[in-house]
Formats: sequence, C-alpha cells, structure tokens
Amino acid sequence: MTREEIFGKVREVLVDALGVDEDEVQPTTTLTGDLGAESIDFLDIGFKLEQAFGFKIGQAELFPQGVSQDPEYVKDGKVTPKGIAAMKEKLPHFDFSEFEKDPQLAKVAQVFTVDSLCRFVERKLSKA
Amino acid sequence: MRWMWIDRVLELTPRSRCVSIKHISLAEDHLHDHFAADASRPPMPIMPASLIVEGMAQTGGILVGHAGGFKEKVVLAKVGKVELSREAIPGDTLRYTATMTLFDAAGASVSGIVELLDPAKPGSPEQIGAIDLMFSHIDQNMSGIEFPSHNFVFSESFRTLLRSSGIAADF
Repeated sequence: MTREEIFGKVREVLVDALGVDEDEVQPTTTLTGDLGAESIDFLDIGFKLEQAFGFKIGQAELFPQGVSQDPEYVKDGKVTPKGIAAMKEKLPHFDFSEFEKDPQLAKVAQVFTVDSLCRFVERKLSKA
Repeated sequence: MRWMWIDRVLELTPRSRCVSIKHISLAEDHLHDHFAADASRPPMPIMPASLIVEGMAQTGGILVGHAGGFKEKVVLAKVGKVELSREAIPGDTLRYTATMTLFDAAGASVSGIVELLDPAKPGSPEQIGAIDLMFSHIDQNMSGIEFPSHNFVFSESFRTLLRSSGIAADF
C-alpha cells in the first residue's frame, strides 16, 4: 500500500471518527489542536484504524498511556528526558523534535499529527 | 435504581449480538411532557430520540458487559452515528439489535439497528434507525483515576432484566 493510499484511508478514519471535513485533514494537521479530538476519540481512532487496515493495536501502542502518572517521567508539569526517551522508544511514529524544546506535558498532544498516524500504519503494515 | 429503557432481552449471542425490545406505553410520564399541548396543537406523545439511543446503549452495554463476564465497568463513551427516520409512539414496540464490531481490553464498538413494530400493521418490522456506539472499559482508560471496586454499571436493575429474560445473572 502506498503512502498516498494510507493517507487516504487514515483521512477516512478521521472524518468518520471526528466528524470533520475531508479537506480539514492534512498531513501536518494535529488531532487535538486542529481537529478537536478528545481523549476518548483516541480509542475510537484506534478501533477504526484496526477495522480499516485489518491489524490489531495493543494498549499504549498508538498513543502514550500512563506517562503523566509516572513521577520519573513528569516533573513540575514537564516531561523529563527519561520520559521523552521512553516515549520515543515505545512510540517511534511520533516526531518529538519540536516538543523536546519545551517539553510541557500539556503540549504533548502537538505531536499527534495525521502524518504520525500514517507512519504508525506504515510500520504496522511492514511488520505484518 | 437504574432507569431501564429496554423491557426484555430476546437474544444474546456472546461477543456477537444482542436483541432487545422496548414497549412504549402512554403510562410513561415523560411522554406527557414530550410533547405537551401548546397553543398551536394538542398533546403529541413521542418517544424521545435520546431515550431510543439510551435503549440501544443498554442493549449494546449488555453485549459488551457479557463479553467481559460483567467484570468490566462498561460505559457509553461515544455516540458515533444516530439516524432515525420516523417517530415512535405509544403502542409501538421498538426492537434493538446491537452487533459487536470490535472488542478489546480498552472497550468495544457496537453497530445497532432500530426497528419498529406497529401492532396496527402486522407483518415485518420496519427499520427506522441506525445507531453506532463506542463503549469504554473505564478502569482501563481513565489514566489512573480509581473508581469504586464494585461494578456500579451492571447493578441490580440490569441483573433483574437479565434474569427476567432467562439469562444467567449470577455476577
């Protein structure tokens, strides 16, 4: 499956899950900031990606989970270098380069882009 | 006491589908307010669409809860789609068919069909709606927030409904 085909299906998933228009979904679009996704939508997006691409997504495989509760990962509202390293290892589809410059936990959602979902799907399909 | 919006479960096929019915009665208080008479028209008792969604949510919730042995606290997390093509009035029976589309540790998705059986028109039921819902197992999804250990979702009201439908409810 080409990157373009993956993008097309990811876009369909987001249009369906978030009730947005197709043209609102671009590679650099962020799920929360631009498309208004809330935490429960992440579960829905995961389910719909499974249906669209025919693979299973494990817990915490697509989006980070439990980071904010770990005092080693978050201190004073900022994600620690250890926390960032852990997320990079577990969630290689996200680009943390911009986030690292000002790693406030409240801003972590800025890495959840449409492009990152496409990268996630690409990796999953390549392992299948 | 949970307010139940289904009267009986007709079929429960584990991890697959659940079918239930709801008889709409003029004895239900809410129908006298939805809608009361006003200056322009007489009373117009109609089953509220939100309660039809709740009926489907309870049907789907039983399907999802049963798949997890009623151990998980199953809550309605998202209403993905609601399409209703006509009104349901006292004397009508609604039949909810919930089909599970996905189930995992985090939650489940259910696709539902609403049919209307009008006693004045014997024959096949008429499909009047489609409702897609997503459920969350809240103990798995609330970022460490702790809830009471007992399963407050599947309370005595649900167990009574299941028992009266001939379904084991010894959880």
